[in-house]
Amino acid sequence: MLPEAVTAVSAALGELGNPSSLHGSGRRARRRVEESRERLAEALGARPSEVIFTAGGTEADNLAVKGVFWARRGADPRRRRVIASSVEHHAVLDAVEWLVDHEGADVTWLPVDRFGQVSPAALRAAIAESPDSVALVSVMWANNEVGTVQPVAELAAVAHEYGVPLHTDAVQAVGALPVDFAASGVDALTMTGHKLGGAYGSGALLLRREADCVPLLHGGGQERDVRSGTLDVPGAVGLAVATSLAVQRQAELALRVAALRDALIEGVQMAVSDVVANGHPVERLPGIAHLSFPGCEGDSLLMLLDARGVECSTGSACSAGVAQPSHVLIAMGAPATLARSSLRFSLGHTSTRADIDAVLDVIAPAVERARRAGLTTVVS
Amino acid sequence: MTGRLKVLAAMSGGVDSAVAAARVVDAGHDVTGVHLALSAAPATLRHGARGCCTLEDANDARRAADVLEIPFYVWDLAERFRADVIDDFVNEYAAGRTPNPCLRCNEKIKFSAVLDRALALGFDAVVTGHHARLVDGRLMRSVDDGKDQSYVLAVLTPRQLSRAMFPLGDSTKVQVRAEAAARGLQVADKPDSHDICFIADGDTRGFLARRLGAQDGAIVDAVSGDVVGSHGGSFGFTVGQRRGLHLDRPAPGGEPRYVLSIQPVTNTVVVGPGELLDADEISADAPVWTSGVTPTGDVGCLVQVRAHGTATPSTITVSGDSVVARLRAPQRGVAAGQALVMYDGDVVLGSATISAARRADVPA
Repeated sequence: MLPEAVTAVSAALGELGNPSSLHGSGRRARRRVEESRERLAEALGARPSEVIFTAGGTEADNLAVKGVFWARRGADPRRRRVIASSVEHHAVLDAVEWLVDHEGADVTWLPVDRFGQVSPAALRAAIAESPDSVALVSVMWANNEVGTVQPVAELAAVAHEYGVPLHTDAVQAVGALPVDFAASGVDALTMTGHKLGGAYGSGALLLRREADCVPLLHGGGQERDVRSGTLDVPGAVGLAVATSLAVQRQAELALRVAALRDALIEGVQMAVSDVVANGHPVERLPGIAHLSFPGCEGDSLLMLLDARGVECSTGSACSAGVAQPSHVLIAMGAPATLARSSLRFSLGHTSTRADIDAVLDVIAPAVERARRAGLTTVVS
Repeated sequence: MTGRLKVLAAMSGGVDSAVAAARVVDAGHDVTGVHLALSAAPATLRHGARGCCTLEDANDARRAADVLEIPFYVWDLAERFRADVIDDFVNEYAAGRTPNPCLRCNEKIKFSAVLDRALALGFDAVVTGHHARLVDGRLMRSVDDGKDQSYVLAVLTPRQLSRAMFPLGDSTKVQVRAEAAARGLQVADKPDSHDICFIADGDTRGFLARRLGAQDGAIVDAVSGDVVGSHGGSFGFTVGQRRGLHLDRPAPGGEPRYVLSIQPVTNTVVVGPGELLDADEISADAPVWTSGVTPTGDVGCLVQVRAHGTATPSTITVSGDSVVARLRAPQRGVAAGQALVMYDGDVVLGSATISAARRADVPA
């Protein structure tokens, strides 16, 4: 967490008061929440009334996908199709699958090109198939595994031509790229605190005032009656502080981190001649290097690097229980064996040139050894 | 292997493998825990003693590694397990044999795919929580007769055994559980796993029917030659089985009838009285000798023909790639496909796959 966010959260933890109460301490708590709402809205180009605090990105994604689906289908029963990209985070993928399994939804998965990008033409074609059937479109702002950035504003414009709302999961984008909710034209945007120096378990859905959304959580009617539950005051305070600082520092951080990422990729290419860098060569997040090492099992490489103090991941951290070949790489057309040979290196505000050098010191022998262990778990 | 070794601990999430890893840590070795994910679609929670590799098991293993303060990873072996163990299991039943999937898993997964990968990654040995002893490179029974797993390890070659560690063989299960509790391992009172891990509901016949499809056939009485019942697939039967035959006609004397043999080509199940199940001469193929040396001449030893069977004094003769064991007392229900494991006292001499069993005084 950013030290400024730690300070703000700690101070808020020491104050008493339910922001829904009318007495003095309640009013003070409410003021903290509303100031945070305004601060968060300003940082992201939204209006304060468009900020719905949630317990993180997964809740915000579920609320957007299910809530907007239910609202749109409620208004017109023909609208039961969800269009989503095939490279979404599981918080969107699995929410969509749940609607298909339990709510009679249909789904159209949008293909991506070899860089992981969705084209506006593909979205247009998918909607035009049967425009009246579309409940919503969900396409992430930037991919969490390979870092590819989607043309979200263009996609939103296409959706709006047909009067269809678009949700975007911007968890990876906020703090890494310029993100302006109003200018992007999207109707709903997911963001979360822990990716940008806020506390775990605090996030928000930015939801356009005109967008209807049925709640997941019913109760006291907080947050526009879309998200009931006593507000987490310290969480909201920390989220706002971290987000506004991350947005202020975004351009400078992006330059610095992108330079480190380029040094990492170039250095690895020098050390391991056949390494494959995945994702879009230009339109990508500054802080992700996603690399495939042919002939290596990603798990083997991860273990060898971890033993030498280099921390990286295979796939996304959520699936770290049982590794599956990345659905993102498969959607990009990579063969399953290459998908299993991949590692993601994430860089952020604490990364230094020394970290990059530490990777470059150990990568060649680690790859050589992992290659000797081979793809033993794959049946040829 | 001496000095401080790099050891890979295969951690299932159960109490045995957790304590085995702990003992190797205590012995001063550099230990890394690995949970083998053997199912491509694991269930969330374990129910009773069946099923395996649930996410709960993976979490239990991870938590045990935390307590031992060792690194922990999950290796996805699901594809290999399917090919080498599950498909093999189905194919063996389809061929009229009775496979032992735990033995196959040790042979092909734990001490082959995993061991080979561990060695290539720079490890010296693999430790598991099997109840068996390794003394001077020789595999021996556990001191806990009831938990002894030497039968399902007897298929390992000297090379595999030279890289294995079984630190639990000198302890009883009761001692292992007590030690786990003393070490603060939450899995101390976790139920033992039984049965076939990849058939979560315990219904082997149903599992095989789903994989192989129903194939109606006859049940024939060995004594009369009459058709006495029908079945949905000969793969659903095991030699020695008595229950679940659903015969239309009782035996003339009313005595129970057992499955005597399975003939997959004609999809026929042959049943008959229990005494026809008695065999005192067993042929077995593809022997593996834990010493690496093939015995010559007639060798007196004990043989065991199923995982929890009794050891019977016998004489074995090896010729080429086959073994014939002559038992001093007949054994009932010897099934092709099971392992013939040969012991000298508690020491495992070797293992071979049973191909046929007969009464020496009855022409085959």
